[in-house]
Amino acid sequence: MTARFAATELNLSNYRTERRYRLMLFSMTAMLVLPVLIILAILILKGAPMISWEFLFEFPRRGMTEGGIYPALLGTIFIVVVDLIFAMPIGVAAAIYLSEYAPDNWLTRAINLAIINLAGVPSIVHALFGVGAFVIFFGFGTSILAAALTVAIMTLPLVIVATRESLQAVPQAFREACWSMGASRWQTIFTVVLPNAISGILTGLILEVSRTAGETAPIMFTGAAFFLPFLPESVFDQTMALSLHLFVVSTQVPEVPEALPYGVALVLIGIVLIMNAISIVFRSYLRGKKKW
Amino acid sequence: MRTDGDSRIAVRTDKLNFWYGDFQALFDVDFDVKAGIVTSLIGPSGCGKSTLLRCVNRINERIGNVRTEGKVEVLGHDIYAPEVDLTQVRSQVGMVFQRPNPLPISIRKNILFAHGLHTQEKTSKSDEEAIVESALKEVLLWDDVKDRLDRVATGLSLEQQQKLCIARLLPVKPAVLLMDEPCSALDPKATTAVEELIWKLRGQYTILIVTHNMAQARRASDECAFMLLGKMVEHRRTEDLFLTPDNQKTADYIEGRYG
Repeated sequence: MTARFAATELNLSNYRTERRYRLMLFSMTAMLVLPVLIILAILILKGAPMISWEFLFEFPRRGMTEGGIYPALLGTIFIVVVDLIFAMPIGVAAAIYLSEYAPDNWLTRAINLAIINLAGVPSIVHALFGVGAFVIFFGFGTSILAAALTVAIMTLPLVIVATRESLQAVPQAFREACWSMGASRWQTIFTVVLPNAISGILTGLILEVSRTAGETAPIMFTGAAFFLPFLPESVFDQTMALSLHLFVVSTQVPEVPEALPYGVALVLIGIVLIMNAISIVFRSYLRGKKKW
Repeated sequence: MRTDGDSRIAVRTDKLNFWYGDFQALFDVDFDVKAGIVTSLIGPSGCGKSTLLRCVNRINERIGNVRTEGKVEVLGHDIYAPEVDLTQVRSQVGMVFQRPNPLPISIRKNILFAHGLHTQEKTSKSDEEAIVESALKEVLLWDDVKDRLDRVATGLSLEQQQKLCIARLLPVKPAVLLMDEPCSALDPKATTAVEELIWKLRGQYTILIVTHNMAQARRASDECAFMLLGKMVEHRRTEDLFLTPDNQKTADYIEGRYG
């Protein structure tokens, strides 16, 4: 009875279907990965020769066709830091409230929906809001503060959604255990929920930082300058920023050597990649510590 | 008005009705749980036995949109009275869940967690040690874990985890222990061990245990109550309930005709 366990026609046709779908799904994945690899390869090939100590730590010269990107690099860091000062506490606290305290009613659902929609608002709209609110109404002028606040509002949904998701990933059983022993919500959050959600929250924050570093539209009207021959002295000064600088040297300034914009782009992408790498390391370190 | 002083009754419900939204889960439940013995609650899934259990420490209220009518008294005090503090209720009425749910912190911290919530002064290191040791000894876990008190509790076996979940209630000296199918996630050997533990704690604590397992109710409880469709059908000594049930529905259920 050799034929007993042999594949039937139906089995074979199932296998063929299986192979077709696998191939289709794989090729879609390849189409996703390929552009990223090509962009990175071009950036590195064309931009890497630009990268040097002088490029990173000198001012631009001769109408930005020579020299370095120091003020833009520093400006981006300033904007990110000020942005974090606002976005981190507000985003994390709001997410904790929404996830742990807010009753499940139409208002909460409406707020959650609004947060998701906020993430979909075009960045130029945020920019105009920033001009109206921070530059004019609050009188911050075009400044690091106004730019950072504008980006903070724009990226808050990222922080809130990431935080909320990592809070909700903490098993409900832990909360029930705490409550059944008489712990208040805050005691429960502080001793059990937050320690187990912290890796996800940090990841969200780092994603927010890399997003902030790359934004151009929201800062070009609110605080980032075309060119400045000096560094900002306070948060009320304007600053140069990498993302805007890239736009400027690529399109606005004549006779820029071809490699220069690639160098700027490489630095910008480098910052984002480093941030992501830090988040991955952080996450795996903290994951290793938690056990359930 | 019933007398407050009946010390033989640990938990008493009086015309208890309970709703999840529009769904009524309990209908006029009158139920007396005698102090110091093990009482089991049996009945088919969805009959309201867990809901009843969860009314006794008011943990039901954590899900919004629920409504309670009637009275639940613990040690003669109405726990739904306006001046009642939930934290106090929860320290006097401990709860053990279906799936062992130790917190993902060390064994030691698990034991001291409830104690820390309910104690204002700082406890000295030596007192803490004493609390941990006595709680773990009481649940027969001390010898197994005394060398690894600082390990994460979620690394223990399920049996040990469930024992730990019982042990962590003891430092705040609860009067009543509620157990919601405490053995249903455990294998037969672990089930026996936890049942033995429940039997050992009998006397010091009033134990109310929900179970799907009729053999368990029979083995490990003094009194047994049968619920059906949100109503209390019969509540008697376990022996009598299983041997000579009064109600035809009880008889049908224990013979396995439904459920």
